[in-house]
Order: sequence, then C-alpha cells, then structure tokens
Amino acid sequence: MKRWTPLIVSAVLGLGVLPALVSAQERIKDTTERKQPLKVWGAQFEELEYRYSDNDEEVGVWDADFFYGTDNLKARWLSSGEYSFDEQAYESLENQLVGQIPISKFFDAKAGVRFDTPEGPDRTYAVLGVAGLAPQWFEIDANLYMSKDGDTSADLDAEYELLFTNYWILTASLDATVAFSEDREIGVGKGLVSTEVGLRLSYDLIDRAVSPYVGIVHERKYGDSADFARADGGSTEDWFAVVGARLSF
Amino acid sequence: MKKVLVTGALILLLPTIGLAGEYNLTVDRVEIDTGEFVKEGVGYNGESPGPVLRFKEGEEVSINVTNNLDEMTSIHWHGIILPFQQDGVPGISFPGIKPGETFTYKFPITQSGTYWFHSHSGFQEPEGAYGSIIIEPKDREPFRYDREYVVQLTDKHPHSSERVMRNLKVMPDYYNREQQTVGEFFSDASENGFLNTVKDRLAWGDMRMMKADVEDLQGFTGLINGKGPKQNWTGIFEPGERIRLRFINSSAMTYFDIRIPGLNMTVVQADGNNVQPVSVDEFRIGVAETYDVIVRPKDDQAYTIFAESMGRTGYARATLAPEEGMEAPVPGLREPARLTMADMGGMPGMDHGDMSGMDHGDMDSSTEMAGMDHSQMKGMDHSKMKGMDDSKMTGMDHSKMAGMDHGSMAMSDGGPSDPFYAQGSGLVPEAANGGKFLSYADLKAQKPLYEEREPTREIELRLTGNMERYTWSINGVKYEDADPIRLKYGERVRFKFVNETMMTHPMHLHGMWSILDVGAGQWNPIKHTVSVQPGTTVYMETEVDAPGQWAFHCHLTYHMAAGMFRKVIVEGGPESTQATSSEQSVDVGGDA
Repeated sequence: MKRWTPLIVSAVLGLGVLPALVSAQERIKDTTERKQPLKVWGAQFEELEYRYSDNDEEVGVWDADFFYGTDNLKARWLSSGEYSFDEQAYESLENQLVGQIPISKFFDAKAGVRFDTPEGPDRTYAVLGVAGLAPQWFEIDANLYMSKDGDTSADLDAEYELLFTNYWILTASLDATVAFSEDREIGVGKGLVSTEVGLRLSYDLIDRAVSPYVGIVHERKYGDSADFARADGGSTEDWFAVVGARLSF
Repeated sequence: MKKVLVTGALILLLPTIGLAGEYNLTVDRVEIDTGEFVKEGVGYNGESPGPVLRFKEGEEVSINVTNNLDEMTSIHWHGIILPFQQDGVPGISFPGIKPGETFTYKFPITQSGTYWFHSHSGFQEPEGAYGSIIIEPKDREPFRYDREYVVQLTDKHPHSSERVMRNLKVMPDYYNREQQTVGEFFSDASENGFLNTVKDRLAWGDMRMMKADVEDLQGFTGLINGKGPKQNWTGIFEPGERIRLRFINSSAMTYFDIRIPGLNMTVVQADGNNVQPVSVDEFRIGVAETYDVIVRPKDDQAYTIFAESMGRTGYARATLAPEEGMEAPVPGLREPARLTMADMGGMPGMDHGDMSGMDHGDMDSSTEMAGMDHSQMKGMDHSKMKGMDDSKMTGMDHSKMAGMDHGSMAMSDGGPSDPFYAQGSGLVPEAANGGKFLSYADLKAQKPLYEEREPTREIELRLTGNMERYTWSINGVKYEDADPIRLKYGERVRFKFVNETMMTHPMHLHGMWSILDVGAGQWNPIKHTVSVQPGTTVYMETEVDAPGQWAFHCHLTYHMAAGMFRKVIVEGGPESTQATSSEQSVDVGGDA
C-alpha cells in the first residue's frame, strides 16, 4: 500500500512537470536489429585431409561448407574435391550453390546447382536435397541430381559421432552414390556407383574451431562403375590412412 | 481550478524537491580481467561492473548517460517502476543513445530495495555493461543489519557475445562439454543395467534431445563484483555483525546455486521486495533476479561465498573475512546436472505412455516411480488445472497440489522435490550440506503491494524453441514475426507460462510487477523476473498500472536475441484516450 502514494505523486508530477510523459504519440516502432531476422554465417571444413592409400597413392581431400542467411533462408556453398599429388590433377572437384529452407523441426530442403570440374569432362547438375538430424543423432544429407543431359543420380551422406570423451570424438561416416542412368564418359554405371566409409578420431584442440584427426577411409566402386574403372586402368577398391583437421569458423 | 491544480502539484512536489539527485554515468570501452583471461568489454564510468547507484525512495533522479562508444547504447533500470520513456529499451521506450550523445533519464523513485541496471542494446550487457542499484526505503526495514555488500554475479566468457551467438546458431552444442560419453554409458550400464541404459539412450536419441542440455554456454569464468575466483572479491566483517548481502545475477546465461559453507542465510528480499524471512542453506538465483540475504558470522574466520552454476560447469567465488587476505576452503563442483524425461514433459506431441520404461536409466527405483507417475500425470495435471482456473483459482496453492500429487501418485519419496520443478526433474536443487534449499514456494511477500483481487483475464504464453536450430520463441512465434501483446490499463492479467522447452527461462516483464503465484494469495511475492523450469507451468499476475509500451522477454541473452521477446502495449491509462488510438494506428500499420 505504501507505494500508492509515490505513484500518485509521480502521476501528478508527470501531468504537471514532465509533459513528455503525456505524449503517448511519441511511442515508437521497433526498428532495431532485435526486430530483424538474425543473420548468421558459418564456414566449415568438415574434412581437410591428406590421404595415403594402400597402393601408395597420395591424395589431398577437402569437404567444405560456407553459408549465410537466416532461420528461414540460407545460401550455401558446398565445395569438395580430391587432388592426386601423383597425377597433379583433380580426381574430383565439385561445387554446389544451394538455397536452403527449413521443412520440419530437424530437416532442411536444399535446391540449387552443382558444378563438377575435375580433370576430364565437366558436368552441371540441378540439385534437390534434404539435410538434417535423424533420430538417434544421425546427421543426414541426401541429394538428387539431374545433369543437363538428363542423367540422374543420388547420394546419401550419413554421419555419427561417438564421444569417447567430450574432446576425443570418433566420427563414422558413410557416403553412397547411386546412378539411375549411365554416364560412361565420367565412369558412372547404372546402379550403386560407389561408397566411401570413414572412421576419424578427432581431438578438439581449440574450441570446436580446430580439431585435428587421424583415421581410415575405405572407397569402393560397384557394378558397371567398377568395370569402367578397371577398363580405364583405375582401382575399384582403396584403403586410405588419413590425417587432417576439421575446421570451423 | 488551474490554480488549485498547480498548488496541489507544488505541495506534492515539496517533499521531493529536497530529494532530487543528479547522477552521471559514462559508457566506456573497458578492459575486463577475470584472472583467467583479459578481454575488451563495455563498462560504466570506466569499469565493469559499473558503480553502485544509491537512490532514496521518494527521490526524483536525473541520470546523465554519456555514450563514449562508437555505437548506440542504452540503459535499462532493471526492476524499477518508471515512465516507459525512461525504461531504456531501444525501439520500445526510446530510440537509444547515439555515440557521443548524453541522454538524461529522469524518473521518480517510488520503491526501495536491490536492483540493477544494464544496457539493452545489442550484446553490450554480456560484454560488461551492468551495474547495481540500491534504493534506501523511506520507512524502517523489517530486518536489521550492521553492514551491507552488493554481490553481483556474472558469467564472463572468453568469446565475444557476437561469436557466442553465431556459434550457438551454427552448432547449438558448441559450448556443451558435459555431453554423455561412452564412459558414462558404461557407468550407467553398470548402475542401471545394460538394457535399461540402451533404452534410455534410445529414448533421448529418438527425441534428438540431450540430457546434458542444461547450460547453453559453458566455459565461462564466474565473476563476483568483477572478480574471478582467483581474484577473490572479499567483504570484510567483524564477528557477530549482521551482514546484508545483496545478490544480483547479471549473467548472460547462467543460473547460480549460492551457499556460504558454515553460515545460514536469511532471505529477506527477492527482486527488491521484502519477503517474510526464510532461513536457508542454499538458494538458486535465476538470471536477472536479486536476493537479499542476511548472514551473521560469529567466528573470527573466513567464509567462502560459493556460487556454483546450475549445470555444475563453472562457479564464482568470493570471501567474507574479518581481514583482507584471509581465505576459506573452496568446495569442488558437484556432478553435472542431467535432465530427465520429466523435464521433457512440457513438449507437445510426446508420447507419455511410452516413457515409463525409459526413466530407468537415470533414476533409482524410488525416483523412477515418481518420474513415471509424473509423466503419466502431466497431461491430466494440466487439464485439471486449466479447468480449475476457469472457475476460480486465484488462491491456488501450488505446493498443495504438488503435495497431493506426491501423496496420491508416488509410491515413495523420490529424492528432492520442489513444486516449481517438474516432478522427477533432474534440475531440482539440493543443498550441498543436505539442509534447506530455497524454493519459490517459500517466498511470501512481507507486505502485499496491491489489494488482492480476481484477475480480469488470463493470457497463456507457451515458452517454445527448437534447440537444434537454436530458435527461441513465445507461442511458437519469434519476436521478428510477432504482434505486440496488448493489455488494458487497469486490468489484472494472469499470465500462464507453459514451458515447452527443456531449458529454464527467466521471464522479465518491464514496467510492471510480476506477482508470482506460489499459492499464498495476497502474500504472493512481487518479482520482476520469474523463472520457469522445463516441463512446468507457472502463473504470475500483473496489475496493469503503467501506460505505454514495454519489453517482455527471456533474460537469457542468447534466447532473447534468438526471438524469445515481446513488446507489450498498455492501452489507455490516466493520460488520455486519444493517445491510445493514435498509438494503435502507428503500431498496427508498422509493427504487424
């Protein structure tokens, strides 16, 4: 009750002494950043590594992701490639530019274009994909591609992290590619094309920004794709020891 | 007629004229040294925390705030009842204070107690822009003390706040280093059985929720009055003295559990308002809350003020000692907190029937019963409460209801419980010495501030979010997409907070008091910040007695920035009715 008196006093003061108090017309619209969608950027190298194969092949590999946007719309540049130190050539070089929107609590849809510009013939694809977190903590990234010539393919990327400690993390990854039509020129046969399975043990050295790792990677080609590789004098199955770092800015 | 009014105003002015204080604050770039790391930040009058502002009830203050930054700034007087133009929220109360500009806040002080002030611009507050306010009451206080100290806590992180926000958006568990590991799986398996542990992990994995998701921001150094644990802020006392400690939690994100081993604390004030004294061994202070406690150390020895974070990932430490340089042992951190299925109880679309088997992993058989019962009750509970509300529920006694639930549902005492936590929650605090831990249910107003009356309406605010995307919202809508909440001057609104997330949210309504329903009727405590624990429903009532527009938000810095924020417009009021209509036209056009 004791606070009523000062309230009345202040009300009277407001009326008599501070005209500003009366002018509710001055009420303003919130145009501050708080009222704007939060804009976020990120830059990440999921993989940045050196690979050494069981037949002495040396390869540099990266898998990078840059994005900018809001909760509702992000622009994303995904870049990945394999550079053979022996042949001094890109075995694969892939860049995707996609727009990304949320479609469910845990998943986003992506659409855009993919440019493949490795040593040899180039390809351009339209991309449609989903990415997100599946139950039991599987990070999923699945995409459908259609080339200018109408060749279609799909890939699935799944990843799972096992925490030995909160700093020592074992990451298991599976990458599988399926083609719905043959593209002989780039060595792709119809059906399951290839898989890449990796196990990487990382340590978070600086926050989650720099996490060096060692690991093993198994690559394999299947069916017609394997036959094409053999015909071209390439290998169909490789084991790699890898050393690298996961970087996040 | 006019003459009479002027005379009247003058007469009313007379007592305040003698109490007109002028204060100066500069907003500056400062260096903050935590003892662990040194960081650039923002402070007042050249330091962080800023000064203690001492006001007197009845005083008319003018505070000149000079912005020495190269960006906009503002000061919000947290918990102070004042005209909305003086409330200091850019975009809501005023445009903000430009670089180089001096803005003069002017308002009458109509209350007393412990409060604080902070910037409401960008991330300046977590960067160090905060200070404390002590208001001396006009009347004698209902408790005695010989000495007083402000004990202002914060959670200083080595990363800039911009970076923290971005990291949380990119990877919501970026700072969580208490996640469950392979090792924890095996220790749980040996304790609760392999199959139960697998079931438990599958249940959480199915929800894509983490038991360890208690604190978004780990890796901070807890500061007390700007001093890190190594720097050890020390308050001097003479044995036998009564010391009033004015605890203020100015953290960006961290709830602290506070104890002073060897001393009982008598809580006499919460959020600046006197409460009926409660003697406790430990209490939890939510972000932006204040608690005043009185301690009486009788021995000629040092005592440690130990403030452990709710998730047990960090702490702040200070000392009360008869002489500078004396120290008492610093306790270790307790086991990291783990959420339980009960804390998920508020999430929509959860299959409660499925949950009974899943609590096995983290509860012993007695608690498990309680947790199970609770999860089954949850739905019932709410619907029952709602029904009761509609009829007449002002004097609803939460503690009694919880007691009822215990009695009828739980087979045995399942460890600690608190009616303001979900039954079986992993966050229910326990005093380190096994003694009394303060609950909201213990808070009773010393003197009712308002006459008790029925609320005129109820507004439900569901506290919502998506942890994987680090989006936070109210009723599923972020501030950027939200319309203002419109209240009418003179009404008494009952707010119903339903926490549908697994995080604790300290909800802060500017400009008007939050009367927290602890079931004590007219003795319900008066607060400015109300913590809503995961999986719980909390009610508060507000006498809508302050015209204008106000901010209403979660006081966790990064939840607020990610959208858990509303503008509240109080329509009508003593000023004029046309003001309201013109404001409406402005707002409907622009703000929708």
